[in-house]
Amino acid sequence: MLILRCPCCGVDAEETELAAGGEAHLKRFGPGSSDDDFHDYLFMRENPKGVHFERWRHANGCGKWFHVARCTRTLEVFGTYSAQTTEPPQEIKDAITAKRPGWTWREFS
Amino acid sequence: MSTRLTKQGRLIDRSKKISFTFNGTTMQGYAGDTLASALLANDQMMMGRSFKYHRPRGVVASGAEEPNALVGLGQGNRFEPNQRATTTELFNGLTSVSQNHWPNLDFDIGAVNTALARFLPAGFYYKTFIHPKPFWKHIYEPFIRQSAGLGKAPDKDSRDADTYEHFYAFTDVLVIGGGVAGLQAARAAAQSGAKVMLIEQSAHWGGRAPVDGGTVDGQPVDKFVEQLVSELETMKNVTLRNRCMGAGVYDHGYALGYERLTDHNPGMQGPRHRLWRIRAKQIVTATGAIERPLSFAGNDVPGVMLASAMRDYLVNWGVVPGERVIIATNNDDAYRSAILLKQAGVDVLRVVDARATAGPLAEEARQLGIRVDPGKAIAKVKGGKRVKSVQLCNQDGIGGAREEVEADAVAMSGGWSPVVHLWSHCGGKLIWDEAQAHFRPDPTRPPLGADGEGFVIAAGSANGPLALGDILADADAAGKAAAKAAGHKPKRAKAPVGEASSEAPMEPVWLMPANADIQLRGKAWLDFQNDVKVSDVQLAAREGYESVEHTKRYTTLGMATDQGKLSNINGLAILANALDAEIPQVGTTTFRPPYTPISMGAIGGEARGEVFQPIRQTPMHDWHDKHGADWEPVGHWRRTYAYVRPGESVHDAVNREVKNTRDNLGLLDASTLGKLIVKGPDAGRFLDMMYTNMMSTLKVGKCRYGLMCSENGFLIDDGVVARIDEDTWLCHTTTGGAERTHGHMEEWLQTEWWDWKVYVANVTEQYAQVAVVGPNARKVLEKLGGMDVSKEALPFMEWRDGKIGDFDCRAYRISFSGELSYEIAVPASQGQAFWDALLEAGQEFGVMPYGTECLHILRAEKGFIMIGDETDGTVIPQDLGLHWALSKKKEDYLGKRAHDRSHMTDPDRWKLVGLETVDGSVLPDGAYAVGEGVNANGQRNMIGRVTSTYYSANLGRGIAMGLIKHGPDRMGEIVEFPGTDDKIYKAKIVDPIFYDKDGEKQNV
Repeated sequence: MLILRCPCCGVDAEETELAAGGEAHLKRFGPGSSDDDFHDYLFMRENPKGVHFERWRHANGCGKWFHVARCTRTLEVFGTYSAQTTEPPQEIKDAITAKRPGWTWREFS
Repeated sequence: MSTRLTKQGRLIDRSKKISFTFNGTTMQGYAGDTLASALLANDQMMMGRSFKYHRPRGVVASGAEEPNALVGLGQGNRFEPNQRATTTELFNGLTSVSQNHWPNLDFDIGAVNTALARFLPAGFYYKTFIHPKPFWKHIYEPFIRQSAGLGKAPDKDSRDADTYEHFYAFTDVLVIGGGVAGLQAARAAAQSGAKVMLIEQSAHWGGRAPVDGGTVDGQPVDKFVEQLVSELETMKNVTLRNRCMGAGVYDHGYALGYERLTDHNPGMQGPRHRLWRIRAKQIVTATGAIERPLSFAGNDVPGVMLASAMRDYLVNWGVVPGERVIIATNNDDAYRSAILLKQAGVDVLRVVDARATAGPLAEEARQLGIRVDPGKAIAKVKGGKRVKSVQLCNQDGIGGAREEVEADAVAMSGGWSPVVHLWSHCGGKLIWDEAQAHFRPDPTRPPLGADGEGFVIAAGSANGPLALGDILADADAAGKAAAKAAGHKPKRAKAPVGEASSEAPMEPVWLMPANADIQLRGKAWLDFQNDVKVSDVQLAAREGYESVEHTKRYTTLGMATDQGKLSNINGLAILANALDAEIPQVGTTTFRPPYTPISMGAIGGEARGEVFQPIRQTPMHDWHDKHGADWEPVGHWRRTYAYVRPGESVHDAVNREVKNTRDNLGLLDASTLGKLIVKGPDAGRFLDMMYTNMMSTLKVGKCRYGLMCSENGFLIDDGVVARIDEDTWLCHTTTGGAERTHGHMEEWLQTEWWDWKVYVANVTEQYAQVAVVGPNARKVLEKLGGMDVSKEALPFMEWRDGKIGDFDCRAYRISFSGELSYEIAVPASQGQAFWDALLEAGQEFGVMPYGTECLHILRAEKGFIMIGDETDGTVIPQDLGLHWALSKKKEDYLGKRAHDRSHMTDPDRWKLVGLETVDGSVLPDGAYAVGEGVNANGQRNMIGRVTSTYYSANLGRGIAMGLIKHGPDRMGEIVEFPGTDDKIYKAKIVDPIFYDKDGEKQNV
């Protein structure tokens, strides 16, 4: 039963208020893309033990999507941030580095 | 015999007699008794039989850890199996029955298993029942089924007569356990100003301390407890709940409390159990410690008990379990029991102490005249339903040279194990304490919260310390640390000073005697409830079970309802020994919540019956209900399946509605259809991405049927879209699809195209919508008067705002039936009045309301697809012949790229066709079509399936739609559908439009 702070309304929301939305920062591939790119966009996910970036929705609350950086091993939450971005903001990356020096995730570190 | 003394019993009120029954016999107890103490007072030592061998079993413990004394409590719709007699508070009229025996407790046929014990070793089921194969079905399985199951399930037709509830609580510090440690930790935390909640599973505060004795700040410990509780009761920032067990600790400071409100007094008003759903910044687990049994032969004979439990029965309830008692121990604490029993007048024959030397408590015992035998052990306890005698031997050795002593009760103590369950539930790690021979919480590896810091602190004996002074100091520190971690400043108050007799070190004893021969090991029980013996664990180790988790499942050690509270440490020590490994290397099995079983009622709380799930009703719901509605759940909505008139079957009603709507006039309550307003400068562009069709080019005032696909290309929803004005569209969704589709739109708007200027609002419940359908549809609207609904003024697939009669409305000329049809939306509050007006005006035109089954048949007659029937999450528009709805002009829309993937363009995909049975019968729903040849499993190859199937009253025959391999190319072919009734149904592949192929009926 996680608690995540919704960056939109500021509520510390319990997991029952939230809906998980899978991996964050997927790049959409549409018509004209290669079969491999489109396949990876649809199906390939990181599934790490450790630092991970996810999408959540404050479904039974303000209804807004947001991003979460957390550790899948300890369930530590490094921070939550807006859904309207294609990469984690610097302060989130710094917060992770403070706790998990040398972390990497996809092209981010 | 076990009996009640004339004095003693700090928890009972001898002025209040209580009458109860056990297996039909009426017995007497006192207010404050538990069922176990009252049974012992009535000399009922044997309380049940074990699960596998049906061996006679008596109570062995005095609290939540009890494995043996399980009973069925209550009667009828209040019957509950597997309740622990030790935690059941006695009340007037309590009825209890013992378990696992037939025909009765004293004489049991199943006990023959114990004679067969040699042939029922660990893993017996896995080994024995494999061969010969046919024996499984006819001999083994019936035998196992008959003997399986612990206790008796409640009557399947009765419903729980009690109510339950959930409470939510938020606190800075949650303290679990109301013994001296929990009380002191709560005080230390509360003095900082932190909000504190303290929960205790039993009805009494103070835990074991008042029984074990000692002083705190110079006064007796029970006085200290009393003062501490009164002090906490006056503190506004403290919540105290007794009879409330900490059931589990979960991620990020979530915890469950299980409060039993009326179990001790079933006449009370209010809910029976309450589940507390608690969020705490910090949790202190002051859950105490549990005494371990010793493993010697016959340690399960009724009359053998934990030394601490025997002390509890004496001090708390004035009950002694025997007249001549032998005590076996490896530590000093058991001497407390010896001394108290002796002082109460019981003949304490012997304390056999496995150690060579004991501490001052042993000296005190000697001075009372108790014989203490160092270095000795119990070789074997003799007796069937009761201890008769005890054979003693040297602890060092195989159990030879025995001395036999007549006795009727045995107390055993193998040392104490901290209750680490709640610490461990959420990932807290343990370390092995050599000196105490137990696992205790490792403070450097606590469960971690959202901030990556520990959020659980163990306190008191749950943390390892066993002496009163150490316990209080530890608890005080824990309370202060928890308050600090929760953001409060602890006071510098001194911890109370506790004092109790000093103790000599214990020595681990995992088997008695140390090298007991196989005869003895085969009768030395580890898990009393599941009948696992020392020899079983050793056998598992010999057979290669090295992991403690595997051994647990192979032998069933610790898998009973007590979850191995008494057996786990002893069992894994035996396993470690057999594997020649260290105990910490072998490790423990996983501790999982709940700590002890909690009721299903508490888990469900208020969510049962009508409030289990909210039901959505349209504005006309009550009218439907009064007019014979046969209800059908659609999502959370209730829709009318058919309006059944007196004397009609549901099927008759459907047929009547189907014919009348085609011939005269039908009304459908379509209010449940989803209605989403999509508005903004980029709304058209956005809808072009959402739908496969082009929506941006739709003219104001017009409607278009649209398809929605997921990014994977699969159909997810459909509906008619109307353009309201330059930047506003109204999208209809399927019933029950509104919230999902709204969420789908929001997801893309918020996470992919967040710079597009679009708002989406779900207005489903703002409107009542009525479909006016049939050849007389226009006539009834014209009779009501108002807006022009003629063919010219309101053509097919257009909409107009206006008035019909007195009603402000929006009329859409759309049709899901192939008839002349208007769907008319009015404000929800006007829905019933509008419905009434249509019915009244429609009298002369043969009006009848119709339900969802009629709707389905009408659309199937026309070959219209239904999301959820023709689609199942694997179907793409091309499968359904809907190519015309896939825009060729648009560069992109959700699903477009996916439709180019090789599997999507495979010519072998099953495609939509109509199906007509050869004999006119109705195809079974979901039936599969079989083709030539067989697959690798020898089953006939499948070539398609039925997606919709109905009896059409208009056509007088069964009609169906289905997906068939190469279907559209096989018109006229006959396909076979084997039914589950062993019949083979034959159907011809036909065009899916069965009725009015040219659409002349709606084009009027």
